[in-house]
Amino acid sequence: MGTYIPNTGNEQREMLEEAGFQSFDDLYTEIPECVRLNRKLDLPEGSPELSVRRQVEALAGRNRIFNYIFRGAGAYNHYIPAVVEEVASKERFVTAYTPYQAEISQGILQSIFEYQTMICELTGMEASNASVYDGASAAAEAAAMCTDRKRKTVLASAAINPGVYQVLKTYCFGSGNRLVPVPEKNGVTDLKKLREMLSAECACFYVEQPNYFGQVEDVETMADIVHEAGAKLVAGGNPIAMALLRTPGECGADVAVGEGQPLGIPLSFGGPYLGFMAATKEMFRRLPGRMVGETSDAGGNRGYVLTLQAREQHIRREKAGSNICSNEALCAVRAAAYMAVMGEEGLRETARQCYSKAHYFQKKLKTAGLSRVYPGDFFHEFVTRSDIPSRMILKKLEDHGILGGLPLDETRILWCVTELNTKEEMDEAVRIVEEVAGS
Amino acid sequence: MKLLFELGTSGRHCDILPPCDVPEMSPECLRKKELRLPHLSETEISRHYTELEKQVYGVNDGFYPLGSCTMKYNPKINEAMAALPGFAKLHPLQPDYTVQGALELLRRTEKYLCEITGMDAMNFQPAAGAHGEFTGLLMIRAFHQKNGEKNRTKIIVPDSAHGTNPASAAMAGYTVVSVPSGEDGCVDLEKLKEAVGEDTAGLMLTNPNTVGLFDKNILEITRIIHDAGGLCYYDGANLNAVMGITRPGDMGFDIIHLNLHKTFSAPHGGGGPGSGPVGCKKDLAEFLPGPVTEEKEDGSSGFAVPESSIGAVRSFYGNFLVIVKAFAYLLTLGADGIPEAARNAVLNANYLKKKLEEFCPMAYPGTCMHEFVMTMKDLKDRTGVAALDIAKGLLDNGIHPPTMYFPLIVREALMVEPTETESRETLDEAAEGFRALYQRALENPDEIHEAPVKTPVRRLDEVRAARKPVLRYFYD
Repeated sequence: MGTYIPNTGNEQREMLEEAGFQSFDDLYTEIPECVRLNRKLDLPEGSPELSVRRQVEALAGRNRIFNYIFRGAGAYNHYIPAVVEEVASKERFVTAYTPYQAEISQGILQSIFEYQTMICELTGMEASNASVYDGASAAAEAAAMCTDRKRKTVLASAAINPGVYQVLKTYCFGSGNRLVPVPEKNGVTDLKKLREMLSAECACFYVEQPNYFGQVEDVETMADIVHEAGAKLVAGGNPIAMALLRTPGECGADVAVGEGQPLGIPLSFGGPYLGFMAATKEMFRRLPGRMVGETSDAGGNRGYVLTLQAREQHIRREKAGSNICSNEALCAVRAAAYMAVMGEEGLRETARQCYSKAHYFQKKLKTAGLSRVYPGDFFHEFVTRSDIPSRMILKKLEDHGILGGLPLDETRILWCVTELNTKEEMDEAVRIVEEVAGS
Repeated sequence: MKLLFELGTSGRHCDILPPCDVPEMSPECLRKKELRLPHLSETEISRHYTELEKQVYGVNDGFYPLGSCTMKYNPKINEAMAALPGFAKLHPLQPDYTVQGALELLRRTEKYLCEITGMDAMNFQPAAGAHGEFTGLLMIRAFHQKNGEKNRTKIIVPDSAHGTNPASAAMAGYTVVSVPSGEDGCVDLEKLKEAVGEDTAGLMLTNPNTVGLFDKNILEITRIIHDAGGLCYYDGANLNAVMGITRPGDMGFDIIHLNLHKTFSAPHGGGGPGSGPVGCKKDLAEFLPGPVTEEKEDGSSGFAVPESSIGAVRSFYGNFLVIVKAFAYLLTLGADGIPEAARNAVLNANYLKKKLEEFCPMAYPGTCMHEFVMTMKDLKDRTGVAALDIAKGLLDNGIHPPTMYFPLIVREALMVEPTETESRETLDEAAEGFRALYQRALENPDEIHEAPVKTPVRRLDEVRAARKPVLRYFYD
């Protein structure tokens, strides 16, 4: 049996005695007999480290790692520089608690302050929080920031990630807010419908840039439409795309949110990821969760603390805007290190390569018989249609170690290309698709 | 220390990506304001973070008795297992047949945790404890709705509860009814009986409770709630004391959450990621968030959404890599190691409590579970040295302070949770360090008001930070 208890059996007995107990049972006299387990747990016997390693490695070995990935839909395969991985593995960052004791937590607090700064630069917003669980819960928290007694309807584009829509719906079930989808037309939000659906009850409208289908939305026009109706605009977005595309801040968003996973966080079968949230000067005091602020110490030196805590659950209890306590701090540090390593030029180049390669691949697939479903500009994802069943195409690609796009249905596939996809592997994928089409 | 933005100079960079191997293109809707990020060489970035790390107190820097946070040692094998490419490189939307190992890991972890808690089903989607609470409360709401009992609008929460409890209840659309604790720190049964009624949706409780005591009336408490038609929610924050000894399922709880980043040894990451799986009894499994794992007809594993699911509370399946760490921990400790950890957590707490109560008043006398609450009220009355000052004084002694000012029902509270992974020597040294500090506080209180003096920064001005918030760096 493995154990992490340093004290030997003898020491434990001595300690019991010193503390005034005869046996371990004496420690638990307050637990009534009728609720005691009084049997051994039905678990495997404990194992030494090497046996644990073998068992877990065996499970990992039963998962398939794809060499080439053309699938995104909310989780994106990007290159993670070695130094980023190293920063995120630093023992103290990994094992520390939430930085309540600021004097011995300056390293984490400053890292988060740097993260907040870079998120503001990326989104074009005034202030960022220290992170929430993921992009979907960030969208849900942002919607909650915008609602009040009079405005309890949340509009969301039908072209957003369906996973995010699901989470918005669940949070609305809790809050009693009404969630209404705004239809899409040609793969983007229908602006005419948006205008018609806005009313005095609408708190906000949520849209993603690029949207679920990879399409570039006209967020600026949406901001005008939404603000005319007295509602807020919550702009979701891919952080890599933000290095290139018009930012939420420039478009007039009131709150910007997104899935931070593309910023140096591995795919990890869906988590841990990172929800980023930033807001305007008018809205930032409604942001949920931790925020790090600059201040000075008793000697006048610059330092950092968790601040504006009067918004939070441990002070406000049931009156708090959110219940969030633990967030994704280590992922935020990782994202900050990633942005620092890439720098502005590196991040722009990543975005440009995603864009260029996705467009190259899309044209190639078109010649192989997979035509694009929607018109208009797209970033690094796009939807194709074909007479060949989606599953046939994807199965053939899988046989060659390629994870193809996400099947939306029998004829449509959502593809994703990042800087990691080389011209050779795109050409190979196209050749395989042509084979399926030809057979 | 300088910020990333104050280092480097224009032109410095890390060379990461090869040139684009396809014709370069550019979108139309470009950002107008140039992106501004640091201009740094790899040496500078790498050293920056090494410097920052020195200004963090991690679990291996010493004693970390942060009450209600269960800061036990974070085993290295767990980290190694979570970093395996067979987990870290999996796309969440790969076909089921390519992720059978990951699915089996989830199913086995679910099975083990159900056995430890006395639950029948579990979902790993919640990313932290508070997220689990919110999820569990939505399940309570869905349950009552399905039974046509929309009038059940109130959640009962003891006044000793963690702030997330009432906050989660409010987010789930409930009105919070706070019940006062008795003098012994446990639920006041009479007050509880007065509080329940036809509008009771449920109760949220930790047991052991937040003052470190096992509420021996637990069966009576859960019965009162059930008789009123409510459900009982167990906040798993304090499970470490009783794993393998007693189970929330056997105490009458219907829904629970666990903190894998506390009880099951996953690290806290300076504030996250955590993992807050939600478990429930069979009758409530239909309301779990989706997707949950299932066994298919051919014996393979897949995902399914429960029949009356409350929906998803996050993308995909939760903080998967954190679950891998908890799984490795469960395999290591196994059937005997789990209760052994609980027993030693309780032993260490009582051993330290015994040493400290020689000079420092305890909020509640007698045997504690895995943690106990000291009160600095007397000290403050006599010398003006508050719990905060003592905490800051401990920083100079290389000890992470206990949790301050929690629970709210104890004045000048310091809550101590040593955990089972500390040796006797560490506890002895901590007790002596604390005794010396307490003595100093009595003799020379002004000195303690100045603490800490040995840390990278001195006491920070939190009022200024909140009054004029500076939440980012501004380039000139």
